[in-house]
Amino acid sequence: MSAETNQPFVTASLNKLVNWARKNSLWPATFGLACCAIEMMASTDSRFDMSRFGSEAFRASPRQADVMIVSGRVCKKMAPVLRQVYDQMPDPKWVIAMGDCASNGGVFNNYAVVQGVDQIVPVDIYVPGCPPSPDALIHAVMELQKKIDKQRFSEKY
Amino acid sequence: MVDVDVRLGLSGSDLAIRERTFSGDLSSTGQTNLTAEDSAELRVLARANLASEVLISRRFRGQDFLTVRKEKICEILSVLKVSSETAYELVSDIFGNDLLGFGREPRFEVIYSLYSLKTFKRIVIKALVDEDSPEIDSVGEVYPCALWPEREIFDLFGISFNNHPDLRRILMPDDWVGHPLRKDFPLGGEEVEFSHNVRDQETVKQ
Amino acid sequence: MSAELEISKDRAMPAGIEVERMFDPETDQETMTINMGPSHPSTHGVLRLVLELNGETVVRCTPHIGYLHTGIEKTMENLSYYKALVLTDREDYLSNLCNNLAYSLAVEKLLDVEIPIKGQYMRVLLNELERIASHMLWLGTHCLDIGAMSVFFYTWQDRDLILEIKEHLSGVRTKTSWICPGGLRGDSPTGWMARVKAFLDYFPRRIALYEGLLTNNPIWIERTRSIGALSAQQAITLGMAGPSLRASGVNFDLRKTNPYSSYEHFEFDVAVGQYGDVYDRYRVRMEELRQSLSLCHQSWKAIEKLGKSAPVRTSDRKIAPPPREELDTSMEALIHHFKLFTEGYHPPVGEAIGAVEGPRGEKAYYIVSDGSNKPYRVKIKGPSFYNLQALPTMCEGRMVADVVAMIGSIDIVLGDIDR
Repeated sequence: MSAETNQPFVTASLNKLVNWARKNSLWPATFGLACCAIEMMASTDSRFDMSRFGSEAFRASPRQADVMIVSGRVCKKMAPVLRQVYDQMPDPKWVIAMGDCASNGGVFNNYAVVQGVDQIVPVDIYVPGCPPSPDALIHAVMELQKKIDKQRFSEKY
Repeated sequence: MVDVDVRLGLSGSDLAIRERTFSGDLSSTGQTNLTAEDSAELRVLARANLASEVLISRRFRGQDFLTVRKEKICEILSVLKVSSETAYELVSDIFGNDLLGFGREPRFEVIYSLYSLKTFKRIVIKALVDEDSPEIDSVGEVYPCALWPEREIFDLFGISFNNHPDLRRILMPDDWVGHPLRKDFPLGGEEVEFSHNVRDQETVKQ
Repeated sequence: MSAELEISKDRAMPAGIEVERMFDPETDQETMTINMGPSHPSTHGVLRLVLELNGETVVRCTPHIGYLHTGIEKTMENLSYYKALVLTDREDYLSNLCNNLAYSLAVEKLLDVEIPIKGQYMRVLLNELERIASHMLWLGTHCLDIGAMSVFFYTWQDRDLILEIKEHLSGVRTKTSWICPGGLRGDSPTGWMARVKAFLDYFPRRIALYEGLLTNNPIWIERTRSIGALSAQQAITLGMAGPSLRASGVNFDLRKTNPYSSYEHFEFDVAVGQYGDVYDRYRVRMEELRQSLSLCHQSWKAIEKLGKSAPVRTSDRKIAPPPREELDTSMEALIHHFKLFTEGYHPPVGEAIGAVEGPRGEKAYYIVSDGSNKPYRVKIKGPSFYNLQALPTMCEGRMVADVVAMIGSIDIVLGDIDR
């Protein structure tokens, strides 16, 4: 090794490196729907502070986002919009269904509400609760980080 | 009556309760009839020669309800709005009701809940709309803020409003079929599957 | 543009902001149609506005709603009175306890029951705390929209303290359903009153902090004064409600004019604005915070005076469940408990309106009873529905940058509009 390149360096598999970068900068798309959106906003405030996990930067444009937090009941009129926002997000992308309504319709088993957002987009993490507390959402983000860590980046790009 | 209840999907016990309550007289439930002496609204309407439009006037738990014919609804509301005795200037709410479960004719009610900033009193005016011609005059001329609630009634009950400048669906998607708050519209949703644990137990038994 | 095209435009929903140019033959000027929402950070939910712009000026504003239509009214018709209560929490999700109270008042009117005085005072206390929490959220998001980011972090801290108070009371942060027909779910747990007192003592200096940050801030004044002004007559004609109506100079507050739940026992003033612009709406809400705080203090003292043993729900076992201790000893209590939670009560045939002054204005529940154990029809009056209807009047002819300030100032909640 020559003197010029005598710098400290780290070796890692490319997979680990990419996953490490991906999981620690999960930028959510702003997709506030109903009650859960308020708790989602609470998770970014100064008390719960989701930025400790790299997820505080809510992007208004889906083109800059990695994870979509579906926070609240998805109504039939909103469903095409949700799908379009999802389609506009660049790969790799993940979805968190926050709350009972997004997971399975919750208490609203009726004509207007989509019975689970997994009928429209693939969901990675379901968060139970009506609404889930901000701690629960942060836990979901951490679970998603674990999931990303196990992925092979060549499979999902 | 029978096919009405089939459409509602009522069970036997519900039906018995409904029959019991509707055959009885209303006075037992605390409702009283209003007279012109204790109702300023009736006096105002009588002065404007609209007393014959009022079909039923009742007081229940301190709240006055007037049921009127739909033909002159604009005149009735504007009289109540401009009269200094009543001065119902503020619209509290406008909404519909489907009386199918009561088995009554006409089927629909358009309900105007008005509030007076002068007397701090609330009045509920119900206009009856029949099923065969579900239409009523828009009161947008009298109360401009009625336009959105009327769109909502059109959307959810299928009652159309004459002279409405912009009558289209407001809450449901434009391509939606049916009017969800009608009583013969099913609640919808998915049936809850309780069979999950049952199947597990059967497997255990085998 | 033909009607058909208009509809197809609705179907292919642009998610962000999409620009479309067209020629307006009337003004002989090129106008631009911008679609704002339904997924937009400053529309306070899933509101969609179609703005027709001439340069930076709004020529026409058409709100499109219904993206959060949940069918709550229809669902309530299919639940018993006691079960339908939980849906009231989820309708206007920033004033849960006020919704609970409006619904309970309507059901109690149908049933003709009286609530013990301590229950009524507790309702006042909880409602005023809810109002403070809602106004804190409004202030934070309104400032965030206009560009004052740091206020958001301060207000959410305070709001969280109230949510903790609610959590201490009931176990959940937001949707407590604590106010129910017949009184309250239960008395306050140990240490709860002290916690409320600590908050009430702490909060005045926070109001001073916000006032110091904003009231005389030149940027804030520039962004809010004479924006979206409505005269008193306009506001009444548009059917507005709550602080937005009072900011225009209409002195109308249901707590004063038609007192419910023993509001007549307390002293407070109604904040009334003058010009009805965004700044006045801000001032009215800030003053309401002070009045709410004073109401909280008064009701807190009144509750302390009544003592721990005073009942908070009606003794009518057909409407309110018996206390837990009674279930162990009394067979009758057990039967009442079972009947109440399986079948519920049967109010007489009739209609009743329960109206309260919520954070956003008059919140009214109109319940039609057909004598069965389920409400025949529930209509929820959402004040935001009427306030939003005033938005086109406010913003037509104004700058496009002011639209977010106006949306923020009327404090809409989409759950309240679409139900």
